[in-house]
Amino acid sequence: MSALGHTSQRRPNRLLAFLGRAFARPSFVIGFAIIACSILLALCPQVFAPYDPLAFDMTAIQQPPSLAHPFGTDNFGRDVLSRVIWAYRVDMQMALLATIFALTIGVTAGAFVGYYGGIADTIFGRCVDAIITFPFLVLVIAIVAVLGPGLVNMYIAITMVNWVYYARLTRAEIMTQKANDYAAAGRVLGFSDRRIIFRHLLPNAISPVIVYWMTDMALAILLGSSLGYLGLGAQPPAAEWGVLISEGRNFLLTAWWMSLMPGVAIVLTGLGFSLLGDALADLLRAKGR
Amino acid sequence: MPSLSYLVARLLQIIPTFLLVMVFIFLLVRMLPGDPAIAMAEAKATDAQVVQIRRNLGLDQPLPVQFMVFVKNTLSGDLGRSIMMKAPVSEVILSRLPTTIFLSLYAVALAVLLAGPLAFLAAMRANTTTDVVIRGVFQVGLSMPVFYIGLVLLTVLAAQLRWFPVGGYGTTFLGNLHHLMLPALSVALYTSAIIVRNLRASLIEVLDADYVQFARAKGLTPRIVMTRHVLRNALVSTVTLLGLSIGNLMSGTLVTETVFAIPGVGRLMLEAIFARDYPLIQGLTLTFAVMVSVVFLLTDVVQSLLDPRLRKS
Amino acid sequence: MSEPRQHTVLELRYLRTEFGSRERPLIAVDDVSFSVKAGEILGLVGESGSGKSITLRSILGIVRPRGRVGGEILWKGRDLAALDEAALRKVRGREIAMIFQEPMSSLNPLLTVGLQISENLATHTDLDARARKTKAVELLEMVGIPAARNRLGDYPHEFSGGMRQRVMIAIALASNPQLLLADEPTTALDVTIQDQILRLIQSLSRDLGMAVILVTHDMGVVAQTCDRVAVMYGGRLCELGTTTQVIGDARHPYALGLLRSIPRDVAPRTPLYSIPGAPPSLSALPPGCAFTARCPVAGLECGDVRPPLAAVGQHHQVACHRRAEALAHFRQHEAAS
Repeated sequence: MSALGHTSQRRPNRLLAFLGRAFARPSFVIGFAIIACSILLALCPQVFAPYDPLAFDMTAIQQPPSLAHPFGTDNFGRDVLSRVIWAYRVDMQMALLATIFALTIGVTAGAFVGYYGGIADTIFGRCVDAIITFPFLVLVIAIVAVLGPGLVNMYIAITMVNWVYYARLTRAEIMTQKANDYAAAGRVLGFSDRRIIFRHLLPNAISPVIVYWMTDMALAILLGSSLGYLGLGAQPPAAEWGVLISEGRNFLLTAWWMSLMPGVAIVLTGLGFSLLGDALADLLRAKGR
Repeated sequence: MPSLSYLVARLLQIIPTFLLVMVFIFLLVRMLPGDPAIAMAEAKATDAQVVQIRRNLGLDQPLPVQFMVFVKNTLSGDLGRSIMMKAPVSEVILSRLPTTIFLSLYAVALAVLLAGPLAFLAAMRANTTTDVVIRGVFQVGLSMPVFYIGLVLLTVLAAQLRWFPVGGYGTTFLGNLHHLMLPALSVALYTSAIIVRNLRASLIEVLDADYVQFARAKGLTPRIVMTRHVLRNALVSTVTLLGLSIGNLMSGTLVTETVFAIPGVGRLMLEAIFARDYPLIQGLTLTFAVMVSVVFLLTDVVQSLLDPRLRKS
Repeated sequence: MSEPRQHTVLELRYLRTEFGSRERPLIAVDDVSFSVKAGEILGLVGESGSGKSITLRSILGIVRPRGRVGGEILWKGRDLAALDEAALRKVRGREIAMIFQEPMSSLNPLLTVGLQISENLATHTDLDARARKTKAVELLEMVGIPAARNRLGDYPHEFSGGMRQRVMIAIALASNPQLLLADEPTTALDVTIQDQILRLIQSLSRDLGMAVILVTHDMGVVAQTCDRVAVMYGGRLCELGTTTQVIGDARHPYALGLLRSIPRDVAPRTPLYSIPGAPPSLSALPPGCAFTARCPVAGLECGDVRPPLAAVGQHHQVACHRRAEALAHFRQHEAAS
């Protein structure tokens, strides 16, 4: 293979071959199916929700799960399943928005410190050490405490902490890639640093980041719903799984389904993302050999 | 034994990190819109009190000077006064800390007791049904937020079966173990999911390692091969993992204390946030960072006790 | 067959090691038969994946992932293949010892070298702690570790690669084994260190009357060290003879090719011979000779009919249908170059 053989161009047949191998794995298929359904529910909950999530029904208050109400009803007679389905919108948005900015910032920062090294790298290393000295949740809620509760502030707080993990991963990958011949070849050919980083190094360094991103979306849902439960994330009128669980908290003895049923959605979605992540990790590892 | 110079070097390493930790905490409160002195004062505080706070914080000074004052106060144990508790922050935190430490140690013990044998079983029977079931169950555990695990345990084991109390804190050691079983288990289930995943992988790697093959070729009994060569080596990575999971554990403890209404520093943090008690938030954030650093340090020391290759600085 | 003074210590009869399902097994070692005499060094040569390492591990019953071992492994009148784990353990390390390729990874990094020697002595001898220590020092001195007494408390990472390989040999020799299985013991070492270790193995074999099976892929190592050679390909034995016979008068096309790929008395810049193609996958072996696909003289019958090991001289056996053609082919090439 020529020194410049590793470029960003991926031929479509290679992508097809990759997908072929991916869909041969049960874990990938299950993960993919769960996430695809979740996205669908998030995009058009009105199609799938059997009831109006906000309609009070005083004749059916705190009904246990039944055929008519598979997840039961809450203290206002609202259908819990419908509320859970409508909550997909917020929670899937959390999976994306709590991670995507951290990914973008982290990958860029990691690529630059990994490529240039030097004093920037040293400062970066110290920052990483300091940030991982805080428990993730503690730092996030401390920032939320200052900014004020709410979804947007939660995204800002998570991004402020989370980018470090992407940056650390990208930095390590870039350092490995930089040692390869093709990076040196690019320099000899007089390519600009930016071109070497973004066209040659990053495309080859990005796969572990994508794998981590999948797992991180699962973590974002866990974290986001925890903050919702604690009252620091999505705020009560909004349907969000953590908020729903927290609303049912006072009825745990009389109407356990109000709290426990929404959790099924968290577990399922989290499982979907981590299965996808694991399957991708296995696939990329097998390819690397 | 790890050399003294190793320990000293490791301790010196902490200083720049911790300085940066202080910077972050310092800047945190400065991110507040408006006058931090007003934010840090009680709602009913008089103008004179606000002026007093402003002077204590040195807010009339430039930022670097303010930071130096903050560092100096912190090092002398002065973390300011809690608004909602009307007491020095350090006192409030110290009174709540033992509960949290007890709960965390309890959770670690449960997690290790649970994850160790199961990871071992999964590794010994890699890729059999046993392995797949164990991994599957813990994979689901990994997708459950701690507060949800807590609520499930609360509903099933406390509310329905009445095996454990719904919340609170015991008076004797055994009473504590009984009262804190469910909160500790909530954190332990999540932590053990992480341990099983990694310990299984490292056990499989060790079982395949050349030195284990060599130990078997030497004709050693399976018991010696297992304890001296396999488990001892897998222990190193488990210790590392436990050390690195401390942040997770602390986050979990914070949530579980809220779910089960346990008077530890985690719940205190949330109370402080809702009361906008910024001096207390600052102090608690610092406390958590100190706890994590101490655990990181202990991990390094234990690692160097276990692995002679790490003793050279 | 055997010479009057030397007696056979180990004899493999139709050794067969397979992995995977019973219906479609992967056969890593296929009906391999040979014997080793006391004090003799037998070279087992082949490419990676030819089954030579697995042959060694099958003898001790430490194949991982667990494989099924068939055939007979006759060790001093007993069949090791038929023994249970507990009985095998009494042979392992005590009568038959083994050393591994990677001196870096074959010693437990967390334990002192002293402990790793004495745990062997503790298992196989009745020596008390003090005697074990003395013996450990003796062993380290025997394999040429300077200041051995001071090094018992050292950890493997404090030794160089060559020294670690010596330590491994010392551990293997702890209980005076009659057979040493050496799995590429010098591959990971520098050439000069390699030479020292081979000399050490040679002198130990001579002085202690210990038989050695030396697995290697390096014909140079064989020429320097071994009394006899067995050449393996695709899990099967293709040629067996004394070192002089196999190196000087190879008959199997694979052995001929292997020898031709080593530079000997050639002018600078002469292109070396290389065997065409790549080693076969164990799952895709033909029913006949495993070398068929890469053989320059393969005929129609080669792929279908398994060639038997046939004697071509005293102590010299070859498994090939087309020995005459092979010899002619390579002679012609030799003349041409």
